[in-house]
Amino acid sequence: MATGIRDKVAILGMGCSKFGERWDMGGEDLLVEAFQECIEDAGIEKNEIQAAWLGTCFPEISVGQSALPLSMSLRLPNIPVTRVENFCASGTESFRGAVYAVASGAYDICLAAGVEKLKDTGYGGLPEFGANAGPRAWMTGVNMTAPGSFAQLASGYGAKHKVSDEEIKRALAHISAKSHANGVKNPKAHLRKAVSEEQIMAAPIIAHPLGLFDCCGVSDGSACAIVTTPEIAKSLGKTDLISVKGLQLSLSNGYEMGYNEWEVDHFVTTSKASTKAYEEAGIKNPREEVSMMEVHDCFSITEMVTMEDLHISPRGGAIKDIMDGFYDADGGVPCQIDGGLKCFGHPIGASGLRMLYEMYLQLLGRAGDRQLKDPRIGLTHNLGGFPFMNVCSVAIIGRYEK
Amino acid sequence: MVGITAYGAYIPKRRLNRMAIIQSMGWLAPALMTAAAGERSMCNWDEDALTMAVAAARDCMTGMDKSAVNAAYLASTSLPFKERQNCGILSTALSLPEEGLVTADFTASLKSGTTALLTAIDAVQGEGKDSVLVTASDARQTKAAWFFEMWYGDGAASLLLGKDNVIAEFKGAYSVSCDFVGAYRGAFAKYDYGWEERWIREQGFTKIIPAAINGALEKCGLSMDDVSKVVYPCHLSPRVHQSIAKPLKIAPDKIQDNMADVLGDTGAAHPLVMFVAALQDANPGDKIVVASFGQGCDALVFEVTDNIKKLPARNGVKGALANRKEEAQYSKFQKFRDLVNVEMGIRAEANKQTALSAMWRYRKQVLGLTGGKCTTCGTIQYPKSRMCVNPDCNAVDTQEEHVFADKTGTIKSYTGDMLAVSVDPPAVYGLVQFEGGGRALFDFTDCELGEVKVGQPVKMSFRMKYYDEPRDFHGYYWKAVPQT
Repeated sequence: MATGIRDKVAILGMGCSKFGERWDMGGEDLLVEAFQECIEDAGIEKNEIQAAWLGTCFPEISVGQSALPLSMSLRLPNIPVTRVENFCASGTESFRGAVYAVASGAYDICLAAGVEKLKDTGYGGLPEFGANAGPRAWMTGVNMTAPGSFAQLASGYGAKHKVSDEEIKRALAHISAKSHANGVKNPKAHLRKAVSEEQIMAAPIIAHPLGLFDCCGVSDGSACAIVTTPEIAKSLGKTDLISVKGLQLSLSNGYEMGYNEWEVDHFVTTSKASTKAYEEAGIKNPREEVSMMEVHDCFSITEMVTMEDLHISPRGGAIKDIMDGFYDADGGVPCQIDGGLKCFGHPIGASGLRMLYEMYLQLLGRAGDRQLKDPRIGLTHNLGGFPFMNVCSVAIIGRYEK
Repeated sequence: MVGITAYGAYIPKRRLNRMAIIQSMGWLAPALMTAAAGERSMCNWDEDALTMAVAAARDCMTGMDKSAVNAAYLASTSLPFKERQNCGILSTALSLPEEGLVTADFTASLKSGTTALLTAIDAVQGEGKDSVLVTASDARQTKAAWFFEMWYGDGAASLLLGKDNVIAEFKGAYSVSCDFVGAYRGAFAKYDYGWEERWIREQGFTKIIPAAINGALEKCGLSMDDVSKVVYPCHLSPRVHQSIAKPLKIAPDKIQDNMADVLGDTGAAHPLVMFVAALQDANPGDKIVVASFGQGCDALVFEVTDNIKKLPARNGVKGALANRKEEAQYSKFQKFRDLVNVEMGIRAEANKQTALSAMWRYRKQVLGLTGGKCTTCGTIQYPKSRMCVNPDCNAVDTQEEHVFADKTGTIKSYTGDMLAVSVDPPAVYGLVQFEGGGRALFDFTDCELGEVKVGQPVKMSFRMKYYDEPRDFHGYYWKAVPQT
């Protein structure tokens, strides 16, 4: 009978590149930047890594297909390397591969890396899928961009909970202002300037009602983690162990887009993945027990409804919690304490690992100016695809206390 | 009795104010002022002769039995494909049965609409067919700042021919076919090339139309006194249109309005568009002459019957004309018609190649907006799939076809996207929930973002979805039109 992943795997080391418009670096170079920090943090030799995973979503425009880009750029010693992709959960999927490999007992030490080089497309915004999104992409696919797909949550949520456009717009502005204020303190973030709620509300519209500051930027970046068993970590001299408590995915099956019930007001997948992750981690009251979160704020509206889907705010109650500052740095459950996708941008394959990196630093007391007081449990959340059809990952890490 | 059993029409919502052309280009061609009265209809950027034909045919088939149609003809001089039968696309869009169906495109002449009508009548009279759908449509390209741009309009009309419940009986016809070329367009040209209007009027219109109409009246044993309305096109000035009536001794009140001031000349469609307008005002017993002009003239005579009162309501030309939105920006017309070279950005360079094998496999979904209904749990769903989407069912291979094209939908969510590549930003789209079940994301069209609301009803419209320029391939699909 399976017992979940709780406390079976510990993080030995993590690394994260500076995120931003890294014109000077290709994807291969960014992987090295993140890896150098990671291997030093882990305190092991490269040849001790026995298997590796690489998360990257758009290989066509960045590093290319297969897992060879990771093996080649890090000169890994002909070990198994696997490329994984699950839209915006690719980084977390990479982590998941490495974690399960260690938990299975097949390997002792594994590497999870993620990278995306988005700034070679020549234009702003996520690249067009073109005919690469399957044969029906042009025939029936809506002329939709990422901002437009998520923007629809605003009309759905507003209609369902009878909330005005103005109330939603104001809550969204608070979300982004809060994240920007956090990003000021993060030397690895792309955007490090504070922005006021008024500036945000007055910004040009990208996809109604989302404005410029409701949308995370497109940037380059890489992050990685080395994982092992708690026993091996201790034997290597680590004392404050950070272990994986919960690691769950949930994917759409057509219900949202094809069945006649869902009201474009929340994420079915996030609601389910979080419940499973809390169960796996032994968390009974997430609002009380989760110390901090990094959620997928590709668009501020996503963050807003996710507060409810993570069962931290009650249904229909996210706006109140947001406006009360519950998710601010000094609130009950600080959200996006590192600045989030809002300040880092979203190099897709790297984002899930960048989120874990911040939770990891916070748990070890190494988050500098951003340090929260005595965090115990950190939650990361990724949402890939769009509200109607998506991949959700929820990862929970915390202090290993056994 | 053989004749018309139903009619339909479609005119695009936008009407370009002709003075907008003058304001923009009058400096170059002051003579255009003589044609500047009123407005002409203007396709939206996602409309063309084929989409308008589908809309007119759907209007015509309101309350009629699609499964009984055994032939469909499409007449136009501006169809998107030179090889790939355009009427085949129309038939799939209407979900006409593929088995036992004859389809044909009638092209290359402005009289092709009436020729298709004559051919349909022959087919029904010949006992080979008992329900034939004839559609004519044109959206002609014109160079900027010239008379063609002022005179032409975009539009389509559709007629169903049969033997049961005939609303206008066919009495007889006469054709003159001759190689009179007032204007022409070579196989690879984009625009018409026309000769002197005075010559077209004097040697063309004024000679050929009366010859055909007189021939038709003689064949039917009728005189002009017996006729209630005479339909004939003329794209030149209203005065010229009226003057053609003289040799025929048609009383002014019998000349069917050619709608130059509210629509423009719709090419191959125009005689049928005018005929539909006449039918909408006709009374039982009225005799209507319908004539065309283009390398000759077909003249047909119909007599309206009592059944016209029983025809289920449809838009026709009247309803289409009433659904109107003024367009005062000539630059929009220029962009929609590809008359200006606009930078659309790198994002617009996406590869749009269509996998023809996939297009064939999905044709009923893509062109016919067909989904599925699970025979195990009854859930209506879109698209049709092998596994039922109902989480409590998931039965395999149990779905029968369910057509959504004529269903009303309700908006569940929407946005207006300024980032998406669009010639008319913002791109508006959202989730549509269909009455009876089934839902999907659709592009919205013919709407303003400010008017769209969750809960608003929508109707589905067949539109041009994408154009693969390097491969000259137009892709079609359905879009939602919010109803105000």
